[in-house]
Amino acid sequence: MGEHRNWPERLHVVTGKGGTGKTSVAAALALGLASGGRRTLLVEVEGRQGIAQLFNLEPLPYAEQRIATTTGGGEVRALAVDPEEALLEYLDMFYKLGAAGRALRKVGAIDFATTIAPGLRDVLLTGKVKEATTRSRDGRRMYDAVVLDAPPTGRIGRFLNVTEETARLVKVGPIKTQSEGVASLLRSPMTAVHVVTLLEEMPVQESVDAIAELNALRIPVGRIIVNGARPALLPAGRVTKAEIKRGLTAAGLPATQGTVSQLAAQAQAHLTRRELEESLRLELAELGRPMVELPQLPDGVDLAGLEQFAARLMRA
Amino acid sequence: MAELTAQRLDVDALLADPAIRIVVCCGSGGVGKTTTAAALGLRAAEVHGRRTVVLTIDPARRLAQSMGLNELDNTPRQVKGIEAAASGGELHAMMLDMKRTFDEVVEQHTTPKRAAEIFANPFYQAMSSTFAGTQEYMAMEKLGQLRAGDEWDLIVVDTPPSRSALDFLDAPARLSRFLDGRMLRLLLAPARTGGRSMFSLVTASFGLFSRAVQKILGAQLLTDLSGFVAALDSMFGGFRQRADQTYRILQDPQTAFLLVAAPERDAVREAAYFAERLVAERMPLSGLVLNRMHQTEPAGLTADQSEAAADQLDTDADLRSAADVLRIHAALLRQTDREVRVAATFTDAFPAVPTTAVAAQPADVHDVDGLRTIGALLA
Repeated sequence: MGEHRNWPERLHVVTGKGGTGKTSVAAALALGLASGGRRTLLVEVEGRQGIAQLFNLEPLPYAEQRIATTTGGGEVRALAVDPEEALLEYLDMFYKLGAAGRALRKVGAIDFATTIAPGLRDVLLTGKVKEATTRSRDGRRMYDAVVLDAPPTGRIGRFLNVTEETARLVKVGPIKTQSEGVASLLRSPMTAVHVVTLLEEMPVQESVDAIAELNALRIPVGRIIVNGARPALLPAGRVTKAEIKRGLTAAGLPATQGTVSQLAAQAQAHLTRRELEESLRLELAELGRPMVELPQLPDGVDLAGLEQFAARLMRA
Repeated sequence: MAELTAQRLDVDALLADPAIRIVVCCGSGGVGKTTTAAALGLRAAEVHGRRTVVLTIDPARRLAQSMGLNELDNTPRQVKGIEAAASGGELHAMMLDMKRTFDEVVEQHTTPKRAAEIFANPFYQAMSSTFAGTQEYMAMEKLGQLRAGDEWDLIVVDTPPSRSALDFLDAPARLSRFLDGRMLRLLLAPARTGGRSMFSLVTASFGLFSRAVQKILGAQLLTDLSGFVAALDSMFGGFRQRADQTYRILQDPQTAFLLVAAPERDAVREAAYFAERLVAERMPLSGLVLNRMHQTEPAGLTADQSEAAADQLDTDADLRSAADVLRIHAALLRQTDREVRVAATFTDAFPAVPTTAVAAQPADVHDVDGLRTIGALLA
């Protein structure tokens, strides 16, 4: 199997301002990349259980479990990484903790340890993602692609810049080695960070800022994914009340002055909005990254909507 | 047409009430919290004549500039060019500088020499600028400071853009738990507390844990950490106490919590969690602000009707513009309908929480006039 033609990277990190739908886009990407018999892993790290909510599932445990199957025998597994569990798992690899580990958790020591050092928390989270991305089984890799529903644009640079953050505190030892391993994966061609945005001012501004930050960190930026794009209606950019009235009459609908005025006002608001969207689209295009647009769905993003997004993303 | 049936939130009554001294705006990221906070502050000053300060956490650049905030300087600045001559109110605004607030707290409570040691500690540096929770804690600290001065009629607080709105309530407690140092003392001194104590299993694992931490993170880290906590511990006599104080201010009837949401599933779900939590913590929840609600004036056509007519008109090139106008109308009707349904999941669950809806604006707000418009829509 291996990589997808249009999305060759193995680790896809999806970020975006809160409210832009990055979890839905990450899920759609995991679904799309699992087509044709591939296996993908969709990971969340913020304890929000956003994946479970999206797929109408019980809260996800700290285990990789199948949440969807795709054509050709493909599957999407999901994992909600919990930093406490990741730390225990990590310690267990080096030292057999057993009951002691459980006791530590009981007195809150694990919570304490993952809370004291912000970098430690992020190293554990990204370390788990790296482990899944590079894991192999029976001589072939476990996942064809891993999709990470990452923290929002405002925190993405710090989250991914693990070495810098941990180096401030940790000078030696396996955590340092681990953070260096994560850093080199994140800076390799195996990784792409995709930025989800809406055609609204603040999300676009944050996308621009985040991409500049990622560039400065030498972390590869993949695509800009514009979510909630609206169809380009009224291509001429104008319409008269007379035209509206003629249309209503031709369709056999009431063409009272009130109706015509309402429709004209709504059309005008649409055109104003579209002009703003167009200038934001240009601003994004100037960043020089490939752009994909996902349509606004009339009923919000449900499972059928995810399939639709997945298909659209894979064609891009 | 679908409409919200919830009880209407009387924002003007809230802003005019001299007994209300603090308004906290909370909600998930990207719902317009900062804009709402700024608009409330402006209206309190202009319409209700109150001496108001808005504490913003991480405002969008242009919104900050609209209030004359060009840098993060942690000091309230008077907002110029507002129309408060008649009412006699004032509007001040400030952006929280988390690190500087933390530094100030340290400086206030210790000698300059001790403060310099703390500032040089790598743990302090990491924690004061990046610790998950420091921002929330420092927002509360700043709120406590502003309130203690008794200089303001009204303080409007914008809460940090947390991964979840609930962090805002939990983080100060988490930080104070850490700084209290009990856990750390256990961690650093397993030998002394060991032996026959009832916690023998616990302390035994602490010994193990501490050794593991030493191996994994290095002994230097534990030394830095213990130095940091010892320094803070000695001068504060309990961060927890401070967090508790702030918590009590939040529970006081002088405080009004406003939930801010946009009509999207995630934002509304987050608002519902927050409402449950506020009720459980006996915090004064005053209402819900629903931003970016689309509205349609009734034009006498249903969405289905409009779409069917649009498809019919498409066959005639001269009528395609009219067809598009009908599609715009249908999309707006469906969107309005969806937004009201989403919002109803909150209002059905919390029928006693009054609600106000703010119509979606064609462009983002970045000047005082825009804030005034939002303020008028809120009220």
